[in-house]
Amino acid sequence: MLRKVYLSVIGLLGASNASADWTLNMPRGVTELSAETYALHMQVFYWCCAIGVLVFGVMIYSLIRHRKSPGAEPATFSHSMKAEVIWTTIPIIILLILVVPSARTLIKLEDTRKPDMTIVATAYQWRWHYRYQGQDVAFYSSLARSSGVARRLDSGIDPFTVENYLLDVDNPLVVPVGRKVRLLLTSNDVVHSWWVPELAIKKDAIPGFMNETWFKADVVGTYRGQCAELCGMDHGYMPIVVKVLEPQAYAAWLASRQPTALRSADTN
Amino acid sequence: MTSAVMDAHHSEEHHGPAKGIRRWLYATNHKDIGTMYLVLSLVMFLTGGAMALVIRSELFQPGLQFIAPNVFNQLTTMHALIMVFGAVMPAFVGLANWMIPMMIGAPDMALPRMNNWSFWILPFAFLMLIATFFMPGGAPAAGWTMYPPLVLQTGDAFPYLIFSIHLLGISSIMGAINIIVTIVNMRAPDMSLLKMPMFVWTWLITAYLLLAVMPVLAGAVTMLLTDQFFGTSFFLAAGGGDPVLFQHIFWFFGHPEVYILILPAFGVISEIIPTFSRKPLFGHDSMVYAASSIAFLSFIVWAHHMFTVGMPLTGQLFFMFSTMLIAVPTGVKLFNWIATMWRGTLTFETPMLFAIAILFLFTIGGFSGIMLAIVPADIQYHDSYFVVAHFHYVLVPGSIFAIMAAVYYWLPKWSGHMYNESLGKLHFWLSAVFVNVTFFPMHFLGLAGMPRRIPDYSTQFADFNSIASIGAIGYGLSQLLFVYVVIQCVRGKGAKATSEVWDNPKGLEWTLPSPAPYHSFEVPPKVSSESAFS
Repeated sequence: MLRKVYLSVIGLLGASNASADWTLNMPRGVTELSAETYALHMQVFYWCCAIGVLVFGVMIYSLIRHRKSPGAEPATFSHSMKAEVIWTTIPIIILLILVVPSARTLIKLEDTRKPDMTIVATAYQWRWHYRYQGQDVAFYSSLARSSGVARRLDSGIDPFTVENYLLDVDNPLVVPVGRKVRLLLTSNDVVHSWWVPELAIKKDAIPGFMNETWFKADVVGTYRGQCAELCGMDHGYMPIVVKVLEPQAYAAWLASRQPTALRSADTN
Repeated sequence: MTSAVMDAHHSEEHHGPAKGIRRWLYATNHKDIGTMYLVLSLVMFLTGGAMALVIRSELFQPGLQFIAPNVFNQLTTMHALIMVFGAVMPAFVGLANWMIPMMIGAPDMALPRMNNWSFWILPFAFLMLIATFFMPGGAPAAGWTMYPPLVLQTGDAFPYLIFSIHLLGISSIMGAINIIVTIVNMRAPDMSLLKMPMFVWTWLITAYLLLAVMPVLAGAVTMLLTDQFFGTSFFLAAGGGDPVLFQHIFWFFGHPEVYILILPAFGVISEIIPTFSRKPLFGHDSMVYAASSIAFLSFIVWAHHMFTVGMPLTGQLFFMFSTMLIAVPTGVKLFNWIATMWRGTLTFETPMLFAIAILFLFTIGGFSGIMLAIVPADIQYHDSYFVVAHFHYVLVPGSIFAIMAAVYYWLPKWSGHMYNESLGKLHFWLSAVFVNVTFFPMHFLGLAGMPRRIPDYSTQFADFNSIASIGAIGYGLSQLLFVYVVIQCVRGKGAKATSEVWDNPKGLEWTLPSPAPYHSFEVPPKVSSESAFS
């Protein structure tokens, strides 16, 4: 009930500011596993709602029906083996129903075998560095200048006028659509975390260690995320942008980033 | 001969508190020490709350308006340390000091001088911690979790942070020892363990948790200290160490710690709900077993705070299963409270209102807890505002509401006067509304992709952040009303309280006059079947 009141209140407030495109829920994402993650999230959410309606319903009924009225005598019972067995067993069954599909998705999530390509991401305070394994392509990816200027204390720039404020970079990570991309993560200084909600990937970048994860984006587009682990002063200012391109466009981009291409671009 | 004995006894009865500052500095009385704990906790609650309001003001709209990012990080770090170690833990120790001797029929705590010491460490520890704001490099800014290598970038504050954590740990350990010794040795003769009130039970379990994990925290921060100053590399990869090892050790402390913050709250509402339902607590023994199971499970779930660090698949599966199991005993507790209210005759005085709000709102925190246990979904939720919403739902309308419920419930017994009921109810409604306005929108922010611990955010997060900030200001200001109600009651403005205070409540504390005598029970009371719990 509280939730309902809530959502309507928030809905009203939101309606007054139609320009901001806020969302209520987790994105469904653009990979098979992000869709599965979303489905798990919704499944457990609906279970919680059902349990909530039931439990809160009984509570509200009791609060109203069993409030003190003249002449009412309280019951005196204080034990019931049967009730206790029931409300211990039912939660266990619900948890078992939830845990099986979660384990199944988790096992897929951890299966980094047979990637189509591998990218090594190294975190720095406060930017990312990407190196395409087997290619001569590597670059830093930092907060876009437009956000970098606007974010300063008393910059005088309204963040609403900056496109993709704090979620834009100078050099995005570019990957082909429909390919299994393995991401190897490490850090040069402190612990960071690489998070792109639309890809349903969050993995820590830890100095001295190499973590791996993977994604296969099914839809062409630009997906934005941020560092998720507190990494110091500018933790809020190291976004991640992933550009998913058609294979030909990706090949063209890759060729343009080769050292030879860059050098000829310089001389021109 | 007889008269000499009589005289000695006579003077004993008139032995009261010392005068002036000596009463507090040299305090050995459980009530005086309990009061000092509670006052310290209130001061820390307002200090940590003020920090939260600065944080929420900065987050009211996108862009930086008031503070630089490094100051923002200092504030989030100190807000958490002060609220966890300064507001919630001392409040529950204060309640334990006041209530445990009165609930088990003892004259005082077992170890009064250690009691004095364990309190007086705290103000100095917090002075030192807060003083770090004025040191070169500022206060610690690596989060209350103090993850290396980031925490090693702390400025001059670093050793002071470690030392104050050590002091807080020593204080907690001494407090825990005192509580265990008191409960084990000083119960009224015919109060068997299973006849103890639930507040005493949950505190006994909590005290063992404290004994088990505070030394682990002390070890972890000492290793940080030697990494920083003595050339070791426990957590530094360059020297063969492992930054993730710290996270494992920290959360081996940290997860039991969250139950240290909530189990006494469970105890408080297990006292309040039966009183205002006029019905005995449902399933007293199964409540004890549920609390014990939660305590046991709390030791084998720690890595659910770390699902993104790159653990083996089997490890992730284990911690997912064990975490979900916690829902079972927690559910048992919730259902037992509801069964206690069922077919009772309910009245809704302020303590009961807070207790009922806890049942609703803590359960919402429990739901998001189950969601967080689902590893693939947790990978999305982790380190986002969804987590911030989750733990504030269990800590604010869980622990903090329980502390306030306990104060309203027992304040007439402590002061001898009733508090102002209508102001108490107003305080409740303001708190209950604003706590939801503050923390509910954070669920949406997290799901939409806003990371936690950032001073500025992208524009699509603006609306919910504004709502949360408005709620926070409202919640913060409402607490001043609580301070006013408590001060008025302590100053004796309310009606005289009877010894029972409420309508025929159960428990030995209600057999004492209000205010309770300086030495609670000088003669062990008889535990009648009427006042026994089981």
